[in-house]
This record gives sequence, structure tokens and C-alpha cells, in this order.
Amino acid sequence: MGAEFIDALRCVDLDVRTNEYLAIMGQSGSGKSTLMNIIGCLERPTAGEYWLNDERVSDMSDRALAHVRNQAIGFVFQTFNLLPRMTALANVEVPLIYSGMKRRERMEQSQLALETVGLGDRMQHRPSELSGGQRQRVAIARALVTEPSILLADEPTGNLDSSTGREIMGLFERLHADGNTLIVVTHEQSIADHANRVVRLSDGDIVSDTEQ
Amino acid sequence: MLILETIRISLASIRSNLFRALLTMLGIIIGVAAVITMVALGTGAQRAIDEQMAALGGDILSIQSSSWFSHGIARNQATITTDDAMALATGSEHLSAVVPEITSRFQVKYGNKNLNLTTVGTTPNYPAVHGFEIAYGVKSSAADEAARRRVVVLGAEIPGMFDADAAALIGRTVQIRAISFQVIGVFAPKGGSGWRNPDTYIWIPLSTAQFRVTGNEYVSTISAKVADTSTVSMAMLEIERVLRREHGILPGKDNDFAIMNRKQFAESRQQATEVFTYLLAGIAGVSLVVGGIGIMNIMLVTVTERTREIGVRKALGATKGNILLQFLVESTILCVLGGLLGLALGAGAAALLAKYAGWQTVVTTQSAMIAFGCSAAIGLIFGIWPARRAAQLDPIDALRHE
Repeated sequence: MGAEFIDALRCVDLDVRTNEYLAIMGQSGSGKSTLMNIIGCLERPTAGEYWLNDERVSDMSDRALAHVRNQAIGFVFQTFNLLPRMTALANVEVPLIYSGMKRRERMEQSQLALETVGLGDRMQHRPSELSGGQRQRVAIARALVTEPSILLADEPTGNLDSSTGREIMGLFERLHADGNTLIVVTHEQSIADHANRVVRLSDGDIVSDTEQ
Repeated sequence: MLILETIRISLASIRSNLFRALLTMLGIIIGVAAVITMVALGTGAQRAIDEQMAALGGDILSIQSSSWFSHGIARNQATITTDDAMALATGSEHLSAVVPEITSRFQVKYGNKNLNLTTVGTTPNYPAVHGFEIAYGVKSSAADEAARRRVVVLGAEIPGMFDADAAALIGRTVQIRAISFQVIGVFAPKGGSGWRNPDTYIWIPLSTAQFRVTGNEYVSTISAKVADTSTVSMAMLEIERVLRREHGILPGKDNDFAIMNRKQFAESRQQATEVFTYLLAGIAGVSLVVGGIGIMNIMLVTVTERTREIGVRKALGATKGNILLQFLVESTILCVLGGLLGLALGAGAAALLAKYAGWQTVVTTQSAMIAFGCSAAIGLIFGIWPARRAAQLDPIDALRHE
């Protein structure tokens, strides 16, 4: 008895440069979630190395990984994952709390991030009082607020209707133009079309890596 | 800095589920309230005994007739006489005063009021030995004793029982067993000792009691004051020797009297009360532990409910320590709030018991601090397991949790 170990990823060799807009595509079971979790420092590869900003994060301690997630990664989830009892502003402040920033500075920076995503007038609203698109914008503001090295989005439009999805993709393009590095994990071609580079995964291997 | 944030987050989470938080706290509230009330009762009882002991004085020995067995039948016969008192007064080195007392209950009449009162016939040194102060009029004198005068000194509460003013009673006549007595004085309040309240007694000269009221030479009690408190046991031996000789008790036969050190008696009662207090506090403490388990239970539920939140927080950079602290702070806040409410409830219950049941209760800062500290400690101890579970959650699993 016990867990069966499956090699979710095999020989993945991936180089992501600053200010790249990368889409990772693949069917479910292709290993894209595992790759995303490794890039997002939520789990460590069982073998191989992962370097981020000249640091080998693949063998860091849990504590150090938490710090890397806090400083260098901005997560955007399919289901937004906002904390329901807190206002938009308080949600955006969460990562800054863990980085130990002072309250006043934290508020200013969070307000700025919400303004960047076009929600300057919704700061005191709770997630339940916001539309799906607005919730995803709050989540993007939360991901941006620490000025991370990578903005990592997992099916960011999966829970949105197509017009709201286009809005969000437009926001991503603007963020890319502002100099951010974006990695979007998706199985939709229309979403991947926004990226400059598309990596396709199948059965744990990269089957294509194309710039467009 | 982070701890302040953590407290803020915890308060917000408690506020968002206030009713559940209150129910969770209920166990702690009741536990702390029970501890506070029980300890207040115990401390109150102990203080009552302390006051009683101070009133008794440790240097007073009581000598009373003891029951003895004759052909297997218990006989309760008066054996102590005024002669015994005389023998003790003259023949002992360790006693500084000997006070014979005849105590009985008589009908006492003043005006149209008729009361059944404890009447003590005793010698003029009684007030000094038992610590009574005269408030109005005078004490009875040796001359009253010698002349068997029909004079009476009243306890502090007697004038009130007769609906009369204490000062105005001096010189008036009361009827004791239909014999007229002149009131010569009223004592200052002395306070009750246990179930007896000497403020409701009246005192007449010993000789008057013997020859005009009871008509025999037996006394109920001889109180003996020990000259030096360090020689109490010596004094007790001496009394025994003198009385055995007086009563002609042969070697090997039992005493027909008993010598009691009232302070010893009170001390044993004090110890019993102390044990009782610990027992009550222990039982109350069990409810505190049960309350703690309630906290743990709800915290475990909370962790499960908020698995996704934990995953999000971890993804956003919370370390295990951050998550651990957050849940520990939350359970501690619950317990501390519960402790404060319990403290108020317990103090209120103690005050109500004092007011309506007439029990002396004392809420000490010490017991409050201990109960408060205990509830905080329970919050920490019973919060550790749920908080550890939260901290150990794998962020990926937690994020997937529905």
C-alpha cells in the first residue's frame, strides 16, 4: 500500500528571461501543474535544479521558500483565492504583512497596486461585493504588490466569461509592456496566443517551445 | 510588529464568527467562573475561621464535663464544679485566670417582650479573659459576685431584640426566669464565632446564677487562660492533674472531664476548610480543562474550514511559523476573553452568594490572576495541536481543498 509515484515531469529544461511573456500549455495530466508548482516554489523537484534570480531554490528550506514566494513570485489563481472576510485593500496587503512592511507604507503600496489594475474605487469592498473580473483584478493587484520577479497565473480566465477574460488578458499585456515577467498556465489556445512564447507539455516532457 | 498584525487578523476572524466564538468560550467562561467562585467560597470560609480564631485567642482552654460510660451506658453528667475552678485558680502555675461559666437558656422578659436567651453566670474576670468591652454602664464587680446581686450585663444585640435603646436600658429591670434583675451594662459587639453569636447572650454573676437561678454548684465550662502560650500543653497536663486529684480519680481510670484547646479545634477546622477549598478548586479546574478541550475542538474545525485560506497565505509567503502563531494567538485570545468573562461571572456569583446565601466569599487578586493565567495557558496548550496541523499543511493540497 501507499502512494504510487509518477514522474509528472521528466526532462524539462526551461529558461525564462526577464520580461518574457510565456504560456505553458498542455492537456490535464501533462505535468503543467507540477511545473507551475515548482516555478512558484510551492514544491521542490525530486531531481534537477531550479535557479531563480541567481539563487538555487530547488534545495532551499521551507522557510526560505516561503520567503522566495513572498518576494519573487506573484500568484494569480483560476479561482482568485481572495480571503472572503477581508476588503480588497486588506487582501492586497497580505503579502506585504508577511514581508514585514510597516502599516502606512503597506497601505500606500496596496492602493497603488489596486489603482494599477483599475480598482481605485473598490478598495473597501469585500470579494462578495465584486464581480468575477474585479475579483481577478484584486488577485492580480495582490500578486503585483510585492513587485515580484515572476507573475505566475494559473488559468487566470478559467472562471470568467469571455469578455471579462479578454479584459484580464489586456491587463496582462499592459503589465508585460510595463516590464513584468509573466508565465501563464493554460489549456486554451486563445489565451496562449497573447504570449510571446508558448511551451507545450505532454506526459511530462516539453514537446514544443516556440516564440511568436 | 508581526505579532500585532497576527492579533488583528485573529480578532477579525473571531469577530466574523462571534456567536461560535462565544459558544467556544463558554467552557472556559464556566470553568474560570467555577474556579473563582469556589476559591472565593473557600477563602471566605477560611477568613471566617481566621477571624474566629483571633476572637478566641490561642491561650484559652475550655474544661467541660465529659460523658462517661457506666455499665455500657453513656452518661452525660455534670462533674465540674466551682470548687474545681477554685482549685485550678489557686493550685496551678501555668494559668493566669480561671473563669467558671454556667450556661443555660432562660426566658427573659422586658416590658411585654419575652425572649429565650443564653444566660451565662460567671465571675468578674470573664470580660477580660474573653475579650469583651463594655459599651454602656459597667461590668459586674466582685462585690456583685460576693453579694449574689441580681444584676445583668447584656450582649450588644439584646437591646435591639427588646426594641430598646442600649443607653436607656441601663438601670431598668428585666425578668430572668421571673426573677427581677437590674441591667447594669451592655457589651460592645464582639461578632459571632461560627454558629454561636455571643452578642445575643446575657451575663449574670456566677453566685447569683448558682444560688438564685440554677440552684446547684455545677458549672458548664471552666475557661482557663494560659499565662504563656508556649506552655499550653504543660498547662493542660497541670489541669488534668489538679482535676483528677479534685475528683478523686484513681490511676488507670478515665477522666470525667475534657480539656479542649479551642484554638486547636479551630485549627483543625481550618485545615479541613483548606482541603475542601482545594477539592472544590480541583473539581472546578476539571471543568476548565474540559473547556480547553472545547477550544481545541473548535480550533481543529476552524483549521479544516480555513484550509484554503492557509494555502493562500502560504502561497503569498506565510511561513509555518506565521501560520502557527496565527492559530495559537487565536485560541489564546478566545481563552483570555473567556477567562475575563468567567472572572466577571465568578466574581458576580461570589457576590450573589455573599448577599443572598449569607456565605462569606473573598475574591482575591491571587485567585483572579491564577484563573486568568490558567485560561491563557489552556489557550496555548490546547491551541498547539490545531495550530501545528495548520502550519504543517502542504500549500498545494491546501490550495486544492474545497
